Amino acid sequence: MRSLVWRKLGHWIVLLIFTGLLAFPFYWMLITTFKQTSDLYNLQNNPFRFNAAPTLDNLRLLFGQTLYLRWLGNTVLIGVIVVAITLLLAVPAAYALARLTGRWGQRLGIAIFLTYLVPPTLLFLPLSRVVAFLGLQDTIWSVVVVYPSFTVPFSIWLLMGFFKSIPRDLEDAALVDGLTPFGAFMKLVVPISTSGILTVVIFTFTLVTQEFIYALTFISTAEHQTVSVGVPIFLVRGDVYYWGSLMAACLIASLPIAFVYNLFLDRFIAGFTVGAVKG
Amino acid sequence: MSEMGESSVTVAEAVKSSRSGRIRVRRAGTAQDPVLGTLMFAPAVLYLLAIIGVPFVLAFIYAFSDIRIGSNTIHFVGLANFRSVIQSPSFKVALQNSFIFTIFSQIVVIIGSTILAIALENAFRGRGIIRFLILLPWVAPISLGAIGWKWILDSLYSVINWVLVAVHLYKPYSAPMWLGEPHLAMASVILVHSWRLLPFSTVILLAGLTAIPKEIPEAAEVDGAGFWRVLFEITIPMMLPIISVAVLFGIIFTFTDIAVVYILTAGGPFDSTQVLPSLAFFTGILSGDIAAGAAISLFLVPLLVIIAYLMLRVAARAEVS
Repeated sequence: MRSLVWRKLGHWIVLLIFTGLLAFPFYWMLITTFKQTSDLYNLQNNPFRFNAAPTLDNLRLLFGQTLYLRWLGNTVLIGVIVVAITLLLAVPAAYALARLTGRWGQRLGIAIFLTYLVPPTLLFLPLSRVVAFLGLQDTIWSVVVVYPSFTVPFSIWLLMGFFKSIPRDLEDAALVDGLTPFGAFMKLVVPISTSGILTVVIFTFTLVTQEFIYALTFISTAEHQTVSVGVPIFLVRGDVYYWGSLMAACLIASLPIAFVYNLFLDRFIAGFTVGAVKG
Repeated sequence: MSEMGESSVTVAEAVKSSRSGRIRVRRAGTAQDPVLGTLMFAPAVLYLLAIIGVPFVLAFIYAFSDIRIGSNTIHFVGLANFRSVIQSPSFKVALQNSFIFTIFSQIVVIIGSTILAIALENAFRGRGIIRFLILLPWVAPISLGAIGWKWILDSLYSVINWVLVAVHLYKPYSAPMWLGEPHLAMASVILVHSWRLLPFSTVILLAGLTAIPKEIPEAAEVDGAGFWRVLFEITIPMMLPIISVAVLFGIIFTFTDIAVVYILTAGGPFDSTQVLPSLAFFTGILSGDIAAGAAISLFLVPLLVIIAYLMLRVAARAEVS
């Protein structure tokens, strides 16, 4: 009985320590967002509480005098286009690899899996020349063209598992009813796979918002940046850090992404367990 | 999973073919139609070849050339880039730092995520909100999280230092410069990266943990084995395959990461946190020497090949068992 109490107590202590450490920076962003500059930059003040009245000045500066909204808009636009490209390429490919091409499908599947181990930091230098060659440098199209390099392999891998779980009998029935194999794919497989496709949409979008090195390398004008490069690089003027606005920018961009991501997390993880987990 | 699918198909096939030969032929057509299959995956494969395969090959070509930003000609220079890169002091430091950065953050992440995954395994009240909070570092864009840490570790207004001064561990204005002193800066980037990776590793371990049949640890407990014995002799050994998956992904994400170092320290002070990807960026983009930058980033390849090999072995073993 006593050991049970200790175990429960230990359990909560572990959880609270971890939660505190992991979530603290976001709490700190929140509290910094609403502090007056004079409050932030006074070492005598206890930073854990508001020593001066809370203020919206940091938010006003962020939305009124910086390119923050522009960066958010760019990010959404890039995200939408990349999602469209990813779906067009990955959905048929994943289905073909899961079903139509037999043993070759498995080998190609493994090859696709290996491509998502190739990191952007290996490819960004040659890609910067490719992007320049295509005349896309310093436009959002540079990253639109390049981002499918990590969203497509990941999506194919995720969707392959999903398509394999659809019973083949369903497709057989459709064929007996006179549909062509491609017709069965479009009219039967795609509609019943909406939740798998939705997962791909969400993850493509979040991967796009999190990308850093390509946007940093290919885009040099602040107006064309995404939020994850615009904020850390262009919101800092010279050596002046507007911490209040910076923290607001980080928090506002992070929370919605975190929220949707959280909803689809379990499926996302299934793409990473490499079959080491059954089920 | 695929094996099961295949066997159920043969059963279905046998049943159907016994009734009608026509269906059997059409069936075989769907399962093995090479033309349609090729048409469906060819666009994706060609696109990936163009934006992964081509630059991958270009990385090798550039590393043996004299290409620079703005230059239109390209000449083959043999091993000259590798020779000059290997001799540069920055490279030696960066190579060493890459390993320190990777190894230490993996140690922190694996110990932390194993503890956290076990704590999160069973349902309890408030698990949903705790899971959301714990996941934040992984799901929020890392460049933004890193900026948050830059403020927390600020040279003057660091909240950590405020606490250290408040509890009289340090005198005002003499608290540590987290990002300004070589060893502290390295420790800081390691911890921030671990902070970012820990949730990812935790959820992977959690997926593995829930797949362990509950009867085994429970039976052991009934037989009188205490919490720690069950943990170290049953639960953790059973988690090893999934822990190895988490570590392999973790190594890749860490060894090839640039965002944390770039934003927190830009490789400084005095190259003390310079890692291979950041050095490749500074050399290839900011100094314009694409050839040397490509040569530096090629040093990532051997480790990636090893990891890919190990990953396939883990996958193959999982399929056999």
